[in-house]
Amino acid sequence: MRYSGWQLLKQGLRGNAGWQPAWRTPVLQRSYDAIVVGGGGHGLAAAYYLARVHGLKRVAVLERGWIGGGNTGRNTTIVRSNYFFAESAAMYDFALRLYEGLSRELNYNIMLSQRGVLNLAHTEHDMELMTRSVNAMLLNGIDVELLDAKQVRDEVPLLNFSPSARFPIHGGFVQRRGGVARHDAVAWAYARGASDLGVDIIQNCDVTGWLREGSRIVGVETSLGRISAGVCAMSVAGHSGVMAEMAGFRLPITSYALQAMVSEPLKPILDTVVMSTATGMYVSQSDKGELVFGAGLDLYPSYAQRGNLPTGQAIVAAMLELFPAFRRLKMLRQWAGIVDVCWDYSPVIGPAPVEGLYLNCGWGTGGFKATPVGGWLLAHLMATGQHHALSAPFDLGRFTSGMLVDEAAGAGIAH
Amino acid sequence: MTGTRLGSGGRIDRGQVIPFRWGDTVLQGFAGDTLASALLANGVRVVGRSFKYHRPRGIFAAGVEEPNAIVDVRIGDRHDANARASLVTLQHGIVARPIAGWPSVTRDAFAALDLLQRFLPAGFYYKTFMRPSWSRYEANIRRMAGLGRASHQPDMRQFETRNIQIDVLVVGAGPAGLAAARAAAASGRSVMLVDENPDFGGSLLWQDGTIDDRPAADWAAATTAELAAQGVTLLPATTAFGYYDHNTLGLMERRATAAPGWALDRLWCVTAGKVVLATGSLERPLVFPHNDRPGVMSAAAVLRYLRQYAVLVGRSVVITTNNDSAYATAAALRLAGAEVAVADVRTAPGQAAKDATALGVSVIPGSVVTDTGGRLGVRWADIGPADATSKKAATRRVSCSIVACSGGWTPVVHLFSQSGGKLRWDAAASAFLPGIGRQDHQLSGGMNGVTSLAECLASGHRAGIAASGATMLAAPRAEPAAVETPLQPFWFVRIPGARQWLDLQNDVTVKDVGLAARENFQSVEHLKRYTTLGMATDQGKTSNVNGIAVMAELTGRGIAETGTTTFRPPYAPVSLGGLAGSRHGLLYSPRRELPAHGEHLALGADMREYGGWMRPACYPRLDETTAAAIRREASAVRADAGLFDGSSLGKIEVCGPDAAAFLNLMYYNNVENLKPGRLRYVLLLREAGTVYDDGVIARLAADRYLLSPSSSHTAGVLAMLEQWRQTEYPAMHVAFHDVTAAWATFVVCGPRVRDIMASLAAEIDLSDAALPHMALADGHVLGVPARIARVSFTGERSYEVSVPAGYGPALWRHLLAQGPTPYGIESLSVLRAEKGYILIGTDTDGLTMPADLDMSGPLRAKKVDFVGRRSLTTPDGVRADRRQFVGLLPQDPNFVPPVGTHAVDASRKSLGWITTSAYSPTVGRSIALAMISGGRARIGDVVELFDRGRVSQAKVCAPVFHDPAGEKLHG
Repeated sequence: MRYSGWQLLKQGLRGNAGWQPAWRTPVLQRSYDAIVVGGGGHGLAAAYYLARVHGLKRVAVLERGWIGGGNTGRNTTIVRSNYFFAESAAMYDFALRLYEGLSRELNYNIMLSQRGVLNLAHTEHDMELMTRSVNAMLLNGIDVELLDAKQVRDEVPLLNFSPSARFPIHGGFVQRRGGVARHDAVAWAYARGASDLGVDIIQNCDVTGWLREGSRIVGVETSLGRISAGVCAMSVAGHSGVMAEMAGFRLPITSYALQAMVSEPLKPILDTVVMSTATGMYVSQSDKGELVFGAGLDLYPSYAQRGNLPTGQAIVAAMLELFPAFRRLKMLRQWAGIVDVCWDYSPVIGPAPVEGLYLNCGWGTGGFKATPVGGWLLAHLMATGQHHALSAPFDLGRFTSGMLVDEAAGAGIAH
Repeated sequence: MTGTRLGSGGRIDRGQVIPFRWGDTVLQGFAGDTLASALLANGVRVVGRSFKYHRPRGIFAAGVEEPNAIVDVRIGDRHDANARASLVTLQHGIVARPIAGWPSVTRDAFAALDLLQRFLPAGFYYKTFMRPSWSRYEANIRRMAGLGRASHQPDMRQFETRNIQIDVLVVGAGPAGLAAARAAAASGRSVMLVDENPDFGGSLLWQDGTIDDRPAADWAAATTAELAAQGVTLLPATTAFGYYDHNTLGLMERRATAAPGWALDRLWCVTAGKVVLATGSLERPLVFPHNDRPGVMSAAAVLRYLRQYAVLVGRSVVITTNNDSAYATAAALRLAGAEVAVADVRTAPGQAAKDATALGVSVIPGSVVTDTGGRLGVRWADIGPADATSKKAATRRVSCSIVACSGGWTPVVHLFSQSGGKLRWDAAASAFLPGIGRQDHQLSGGMNGVTSLAECLASGHRAGIAASGATMLAAPRAEPAAVETPLQPFWFVRIPGARQWLDLQNDVTVKDVGLAARENFQSVEHLKRYTTLGMATDQGKTSNVNGIAVMAELTGRGIAETGTTTFRPPYAPVSLGGLAGSRHGLLYSPRRELPAHGEHLALGADMREYGGWMRPACYPRLDETTAAAIRREASAVRADAGLFDGSSLGKIEVCGPDAAAFLNLMYYNNVENLKPGRLRYVLLLREAGTVYDDGVIARLAADRYLLSPSSSHTAGVLAMLEQWRQTEYPAMHVAFHDVTAAWATFVVCGPRVRDIMASLAAEIDLSDAALPHMALADGHVLGVPARIARVSFTGERSYEVSVPAGYGPALWRHLLAQGPTPYGIESLSVLRAEKGYILIGTDTDGLTMPADLDMSGPLRAKKVDFVGRRSLTTPDGVRADRRQFVGLLPQDPNFVPPVGTHAVDASRKSLGWITTSAYSPTVGRSIALAMISGGRARIGDVVELFDRGRVSQAKVCAPVFHDPAGEKLHG
């Protein structure tokens, strides 16, 4: 069923009784050509591209809970491709380009709002690092602009420009094509698209082990029984280490809780996404009017999907330091997701150390913006057994070769 | 006839009249009112508009669960853009206005949207607005969305935070909480009691009953006074909003007064030995067609407004219920003179109904409200059979201004759930009740499914004893509960097509849940996200259970199987300023000052922040530009002498028998063969082989070293040492001590330095034989303990003189009097750039390896393992095209290319970037340092520079522009 304004009219006149399920609830098969473990945005996108780009007919996505319920439904919805290294820029910009066509391709409004992502500089040293980054991005074909303090003030007058500000604003840089998208809708859109192409989306299916034939993985053990597969992949942010351990290998990943929160809804007050490296803070206003914001990780590794109060306070404080008018507002909801962080803050996409299994993990705090490309590259790997040119630099082997793509270093963080 | 104030009764002070503004009108209330009760007393019906269809909305509830009465409130300089009228204590100076409605809340042009409602079902926006793109529609939709208008003015109030440990924390001061606190206090342990309302007592303040032969409200007041006398910490008007790990709770107190400049909101971070949850329960609505009109209210709220605030919300009231609790409301209204009819879905309502009938209440068993009418508020209600399945069912139209409804009670399990506790659906109680808990808490009263007053008191008492170990106390007693007729679950009226609201704020109806079920958004989390059910500012307090139950019925599952969404903090919205508390400005991120800070200010230094320290950038004279000051200072150092405050440079003492071995495992360079009294320039790597820090290490004694990490890396280096000692080498005997703040360190350098040093009357042999370059000695200068080191970051002969921090200003003044030119960081940066000395974090980044800096010598010499060693020989570590540290001479000697400028190849691919650039007064031209791919092999080549489209050229050279042989170090 195609969605459109016309369809809304038609169905509205018929009492909205004619709408079809956004995705089917299929009968679970005992064997598939390809199984993606993890029904988040990345896993659903992989299944969609397996069917659409690679023509696979028998594909299943297995989800322990409800689709889109992990980090897909917990992030702060920012999309951008303002990365330092050519490898990252190429990958994230491909994701952004897929995002730009996604609503129409999937006939589902993911509400991509290219309102710009503004990064702030608080010292002259920050400005120097930003100049370096902006030049790198321009040379990599990413469209960004360096702004001085006055230009920043014109764009976001609510920022703290007081001379006594703890973090004075020296300038910043903006990627106009960056912005936000409706995170749940991305998962649902891919689910609907995949389901229409015959992908089986199985919710409430807990993968408890991997089936092996010799050293090769040939399927999964689940709460709904054994399922065999020609090829398997895991796309389980927050649990990658756990799933890897089941398969008998370790990943160079540490998992942390990352908190996010929203204010009560307000009339439009902030029109761009604002980020600050000095405080780690990022904030945007959702279309519904809530300020959506977050900052640094909780300090200790954890698998518990909840944050602690002191880190929550620090996140709020980080935002208020930059937006003193927001101190009057109220926090409506606070939550946490578990992020899988690699040493170099770049993801792992590629074959697992075990035959028959492919990995898509380690996106750290930035997986949402990469949803389309994570799915695209994982599908390519599963269908062809070969790296796509974009995923090759992110192979697990880089931790042996030393060929890291250290975006934290690139951004001038924590070196 | 709508709301009126009764002539007597209530907990309001009629002697204290409080005028307040509501929109364009001035109204009056009394002390003891909330904004909501005062509005109702003035007959105000429409207080807002619903989020989606802009339908008129009236006050529904009397507490934190209120979904409709979200209003803009200003009191003096305080502003709340989304205040909940039922939580706003009426006080002088309140200016309140509706947040929705144009031109006014009663005549809203956007109400026309309601006519299109059939075309705007749940999630309609996912199905349209795609062509040409969302951006075409977004701005208008954003303007339509949102609630209040936030103030743009900075909020300068200060917020206070209190951190406290307590033996027993009791949350909720209704009957169960008061009984629990009373029992716990008797144990002598420290007890804290919090409640979100300004008065303790909870439902005792408006419901019937006697406790220990006293009226319940009197018992509450007396018990509160006893608790205060026993030293229990009482926090009224305080919301326990979050229950975190380790029995830590966040409480937000809304004080009545605070010192000038301070906010009323105060955060309490409480870690409790035991927690007693006595959070009570909230009435949930009974759902029926057109149940969203102003005048449709919670039956319990109607009773509370009557008893606590003496507000009769209407003279003709229809009550629709599925349980006995609404009969208390019916009886009270009748006694206050109202006409009351009760539509009870139960066919045999029992004793409560008989008692009400005796008072003159008309009870209609087996019935429900099947429709309501009235444009800006209820004017009539249809009462029809509870099992009606069509609009044609026989109904009776009753004229009324209020429809009070009760669909049962929802235990407030939010905090329990936040704490990690699992919930279970209890069919008998028709509620989600606490299941398995995960933290050290006791559960009591309504939140644990207890309904009668007597049992609430008993369960609270038991919980208080269990939490504190108290024994010597009798439980408070109330009369046993009357036999109740069980609640009959009733989730919505089965009339197809009727609009029945679940979420009043967000306009989510039963039909929307049906649509979600049809479209496979059947998980409760999908339901919530797709329809926005429960995502309004009340976070589903009145809509959550009803929505889940409707979904369960529509999908043929049980409610237990359907499950519930996860409860997240905060329980109710809390102030952001209050949450951040004292973490603001310098308390959020402190700045450090040098021991001689005042001396620099006196010299007119341009103080800037570098890695958390306030340091002089340079010392501009009157009418001198920064650039001119830097040139003057840099030139003076080379020609005469300079004085620099290096006190922020890190100083970490490392001692213990294994100090040498441990440091040798950490550092890139060999530090074991360093002789006492000597210094060595060293690098510290991360596991990836990249340079984390550089600095000078001094060996003070065989078992004692002094590290000098970069100013901004001292804390990081200390943390790294501790991490490796604790996790990798726990058996080694070594300890670390950051003594940075204990010393003031000044650098004197330049051709005239020896004269200046002579003035110190140092009891230290300063001859080159005794104190050569890269050596240090302890002794006294000017009669105070001192340490002098020969180390240079300018290329000139340099002495670092350190004295205890307190002597810093005096030593600075003494040295300055000898005539050297004080120079700041920016001038130092020019001097060290001329010499090609790297600045960590500026010339290096998280990718730089020692060989990139042409510092691979120590690796060849070092035999033992150290952090990062393995990574130095990976394929990446030995790539030929690694970026290497080189110098650049711009073709235009007067053009200083900005730091961050890239060098590019013929195809405009980046070869690397400029890390430092300056105009060198010594060389007489612009110079730069850069990291360039394969840079050392390019020396002599000309490369193209790129900065945001601007192109220039520079010649690659060795990274040293002045005194390449280093003769001046010894000059």
